[in-house]
Amino acid sequence: MNDMRTVETDVDTKEVKIAARDVQVFYGDNHAIKDVSVDIEDKTVTAFIGPSGCGKSTFLRCINRMNDTIDICRVQGDILIDDQDIYHPNVDPVQLRAKVGMVFQKPNPFPKSIYDNVAYGPRIHGLARNKADLDDIVEKSLRRGAIWDEVKDRLTAPGTGLSGGQQQRLCIARAVATEPEVLLMDEPCSALDPIATAQVEELIDELRKNYSVVIVTHSMQQAARVSQKTAFFHLGNLVEYGETGTIFTNPVDPRTESYITGRIG
Amino acid sequence: MSDASMTPPAAAKSGLLVADARTRKRNAAEKRFRAYGMIAIGIGLLFLLFLFASILRSGMPAFTQTVLDVEFTLTAEQFETAESKMLKTGEYQKIFVAALQGQLKDRGVAVDFDAMAIERLVGKPGGTIRGFFLENPDRVGTPVSFDLAASSRVDGYFNGRVTRDSIVDSRFLMTTDLDLADALEEAGIIRSAFNWNFITGTDSGVDNPGGAGLGASVIGSFFMMLVVLFLSLPIGVAASIYLEEFAPKNRWTDLIEVNISNLAAVPSIVFGILGLAVFIQFAGLPQSAPLVGGLVLTLMTLPTIIISTRASLAAVPPSIRDAALGVGASKMQSVFHHVLPLAMPGILTGTIIGLAQALGETAPLLLIGMVGFVAREYPEGFLAGFTEANSAMPAQIYTWASRADPGFYEKAWGGIIILLLFLITMNAIAVILRRRFERRW
Repeated sequence: MNDMRTVETDVDTKEVKIAARDVQVFYGDNHAIKDVSVDIEDKTVTAFIGPSGCGKSTFLRCINRMNDTIDICRVQGDILIDDQDIYHPNVDPVQLRAKVGMVFQKPNPFPKSIYDNVAYGPRIHGLARNKADLDDIVEKSLRRGAIWDEVKDRLTAPGTGLSGGQQQRLCIARAVATEPEVLLMDEPCSALDPIATAQVEELIDELRKNYSVVIVTHSMQQAARVSQKTAFFHLGNLVEYGETGTIFTNPVDPRTESYITGRIG
Repeated sequence: MSDASMTPPAAAKSGLLVADARTRKRNAAEKRFRAYGMIAIGIGLLFLLFLFASILRSGMPAFTQTVLDVEFTLTAEQFETAESKMLKTGEYQKIFVAALQGQLKDRGVAVDFDAMAIERLVGKPGGTIRGFFLENPDRVGTPVSFDLAASSRVDGYFNGRVTRDSIVDSRFLMTTDLDLADALEEAGIIRSAFNWNFITGTDSGVDNPGGAGLGASVIGSFFMMLVVLFLSLPIGVAASIYLEEFAPKNRWTDLIEVNISNLAAVPSIVFGILGLAVFIQFAGLPQSAPLVGGLVLTLMTLPTIIISTRASLAAVPPSIRDAALGVGASKMQSVFHHVLPLAMPGILTGTIIGLAQALGETAPLLLIGMVGFVAREYPEGFLAGFTEANSAMPAQIYTWASRADPGFYEKAWGGIIILLLFLITMNAIAVILRRRFERRW
């Protein structure tokens, strides 16, 4: 594994942003997530790795309650963000999703202009008092999405006309426009070429300064490149969770070792 | 292990330049299939061509009308004497015949005829003439020219529908009348004119196909379509959005879904009898009214609109819904801001096709009394347009087709041409709207 450049981890301990306790997820009769407990830190990139169907995306979608849209899906256990239970009956999932942004596997800009794509979230949440405010938010978000320089002259062009990598960065800009505290990314680079992937990864590293980022990825190299913490899922269980460097160089569980050396998955 | 001893059939070693038997067979099958397809399309086109040709051939005469163009002056004394007589219209008729004879003499055409012959040619023109002068008394004493519609048989004679042989035994038209008609044509008094009355006029009695027009029933259809549009579009779209986006998937929604699909296949006459029972007999709405017709057609159109709307909502990629929910839009915001605009072209197309279907529907109108009604008058106002008894285009065509006078047969075909024009226009609008909305993305 000489090609894996592990990230030097910061020594200072950070506060816990998301705390999951004994989370169970069922799709009908299928027990998809079993007893997952994990503490995700603030201002850190946490990677979820594991073979297909291991439940890493399912768990990610629990964090902003996107699973609520699936009728047969049931979630048990507690997920706390800043010590508040997001599955508490008083929590409105719509309000939660403004706080926990999400970027999807396939770039999915709205079939509207680039400007409207980014401005949509702030508009529906009433974050801008006037047009100038909104312009500021759009520019700031596009800069955070590292795409401002490429699109600043064509903000009225349709977002769907951009290249795949640009679309994905636009989606990231759209996600950060609502001022979230957590950013969830579900295999954000799987539909992108290596150059676009590199750009998005660079951006993820940049985003770490302001957000708690959770990324699901199939690529172990990507996990090693961008994350500080890694969680390995297998068959619905959280097998191992720790510093990315440790997981990749000195895993405790034999299943983790089998996976990162390519024997399972 | 007998399997192991079996060798695969020896593949003939052949080059790429020569097609082997299997490939040749496959190619031949493909060629045959293409030929079948082309033959099928050819047959379809042939039928379409035949249909259009026969509609045009039979329907075009409805748009022309043979008229007797007679100019004459009614003097004040003639007016006074005629009005003092017991049989007033008869008196006008005499004046008219005299005027016609005078005109023929002026143009040097010599032909003998009597008042009876004129009656067979143009019916009783006395009434029309009297009516005109009673309404416009200031025109007495000035030359006035009348375009009098010729009887349907004379009309048919000039259209080729009636020949000298076919009227031998007729008491409505004699061969001498045809001589007169020929002479009048020669003199330029009988000519063919565009029949505006067919488009703008109202239905006539059973004995006067020349005066029949589709106008009132076009208005009837228009008011029905208004009812259908303003009821079925909002109800249909709201029902589809709820079923597709919000409703839980359980036994009840499954049942509703199956029933909507079944409703689309229910024969339209069933909706007709339902409308008769519910809207007319139970709710007491007026018979033959476009309002009732519209309500019945709404019931019929709803499944079509719901099915096409649901299909176009389902065609919107789920990633768009995820994207909207992901930035914190509520379910309703994601539907109304993102899903609905994307589904709009499909919804519009479905709606217009549903409306076009409703426009041409006859069977339900039969049962709510729109066919029996003779639409002699236009409705008196916008609201009256919904509640006053009227006919509708397909009902009017049906009525004409079932009348005895062959002149009405022509009118029925002409009515079909107008109905088809409306349908083609509606479908064109559907295509244009679709293009327009799709270009935005």
